[in-house]
Amino acid sequence: MQTESMYQEIILDHYRNPHHKGLRDPYDAEVHHVNPTCGDEVTLRVHVTDGVVTDVSYDGQGCSISQASTSVMTDLVIGKQVDEALRTSEAFLELMQSRGKLEPDEDVLEDGIAFAGVSRYPARVKCALLGWMAWKDATARAVASSSGGAA
Amino acid sequence: MTAVAGAALPAFATSYDVAAVRADFPVLSRQVSGHPLVYLDNASSSHKPRQVLDAERQFVEQHYSNVHRGVHTLSQEATDGYEAARDTVASFLGAPDPHGIVFTKNATEAYNVVAYSFGNAAAGSRFALGPGDEVCVTEMEHHSNLVPWQMLCQRTGATLRWIPLTDDGRLDLTDLDQLVNERTKVLAFVHVSNILGTENPVDVLVARAREVGALTLLDGAQSAPHQPVDVAALGVDFFVLTGHKMLAPSGIGVLWGRRELLDEMPPFLGGGSMIEVVQMSGSTYAAAPERFEAGTPVISQAVALAAACDYLQELGLDRIAAHEHALTGRLLDGLHGLRGVRVIGPPTNDSRGAAVSFAIEGVHPHDVGQSLDELGIAVRVGHHCAAPVCRRYGVPATTRASSYLYNTAEEIDRLLEGVVEVQRFWGA
Repeated sequence: MQTESMYQEIILDHYRNPHHKGLRDPYDAEVHHVNPTCGDEVTLRVHVTDGVVTDVSYDGQGCSISQASTSVMTDLVIGKQVDEALRTSEAFLELMQSRGKLEPDEDVLEDGIAFAGVSRYPARVKCALLGWMAWKDATARAVASSSGGAA
Repeated sequence: MTAVAGAALPAFATSYDVAAVRADFPVLSRQVSGHPLVYLDNASSSHKPRQVLDAERQFVEQHYSNVHRGVHTLSQEATDGYEAARDTVASFLGAPDPHGIVFTKNATEAYNVVAYSFGNAAAGSRFALGPGDEVCVTEMEHHSNLVPWQMLCQRTGATLRWIPLTDDGRLDLTDLDQLVNERTKVLAFVHVSNILGTENPVDVLVARAREVGALTLLDGAQSAPHQPVDVAALGVDFFVLTGHKMLAPSGIGVLWGRRELLDEMPPFLGGGSMIEVVQMSGSTYAAAPERFEAGTPVISQAVALAAACDYLQELGLDRIAAHEHALTGRLLDGLHGLRGVRVIGPPTNDSRGAAVSFAIEGVHPHDVGQSLDELGIAVRVGHHCAAPVCRRYGVPATTRASSYLYNTAEEIDRLLEGVVEVQRFWGA
């Protein structure tokens, strides 16, 4: 089956054994994002301490691409400065919008490079971005609430 | 064929020459992912035969103009073609009067025409709704025959009720007399479900609606393309279809309504063509169907729809229905024979259309659809614009295979083999 080129082993590994899955405390913001065209959904929490993403936890249901991508995302952002994590997220977004024409930087995206093939399937790009968009949204809220003096 | 489902299936006989039909659809001979295309996404949209494309092209190349506006030759010919299309569709639906045929851009617009017309009705009119009035739908409605009614109820203060579903994908009519009652103004329901495949008992629902004086609207988007439909015999007040699911182009739908109702209903969209006398202080409106066709209508698409009706009638809707029934039986038998596969909808082939939804344990429908595409098999995955149905059966989405007049038993077998291949790849 040719899909094996899209369904890279890394993606299947993350799908079968997702990293950081399950909702945890403490957290600063929680969001719920859905993909209305397919019903995929994710509830995601972000904990930010002194400008560092200290935890991302999530629960959800969806296809292999959305679940694996969320798992990879948590590996990439946890422990990073918010600014740096946002740059990683931009790099992943750029890769997903490349229609297979971009050579991903493994130093930046690590396991995320496995999704390069997904960018050739426009119908699946939204799946790959679901967790990332939820993280970006939750992080913006977490940062806004801490700068508002709540911390 | 590997030693799976299809091996035990009986030989397949059909009532017309499917190979000859397939020759009318050029797309069916193309390759996808290195395999001959198996197109089983017909409940979403069907392909178009050469006869329909030729009819539209010939009309546009030789007779096209705006309609109901000019005195020149092309204007008259275009108007004649457009109105002849109305006559053809009326005859296709068994409608007694072509003036009951309103052309819309799709089925969704047709539901909205009715819902907004009711919302525009003056207090005291038989169409007006308010607090205390009720609209009844079913839990298996496509969003297009659900959301407009939700919106109407929000605007008017009326209450929305719905007939629930049984575990095997049928309407649960236990409480029908409570759900459709003296307060019910409209009962809007689907003839054949796009997600479950269920064919609903129109006679039972219409009889109850008549007892309480409620108007009935039947969503025929999945029935009119596949089986004989006679709106007079069905006894409904409104019937809706869409062209692109029945061999015609996208951009054309039909609202049929009983003439006396359409003539009383207030218009939805205002503009040219739908008027009688226009003054700065106000306007009066044309009779049906023009009252509901504001602006330049979908002209060549209506002509193409008529050609599609002719194509279907020439082949015979009863023979098409019989062919699809046999394909559906083969698919259901095959799916029931596979471990880890659950049919969402009626498990048996009685009172059933050609759409079959299923879930493969351990594999998300998106992954099923992607994997099948790599085998050249086109199915639909998702919630099929019927999210409440997915919720009812505890699945986020389904995989749906839906056959049509040009599909073959071999294609059903390829799908069944594909499902086994998907299970192998995903270790399900």
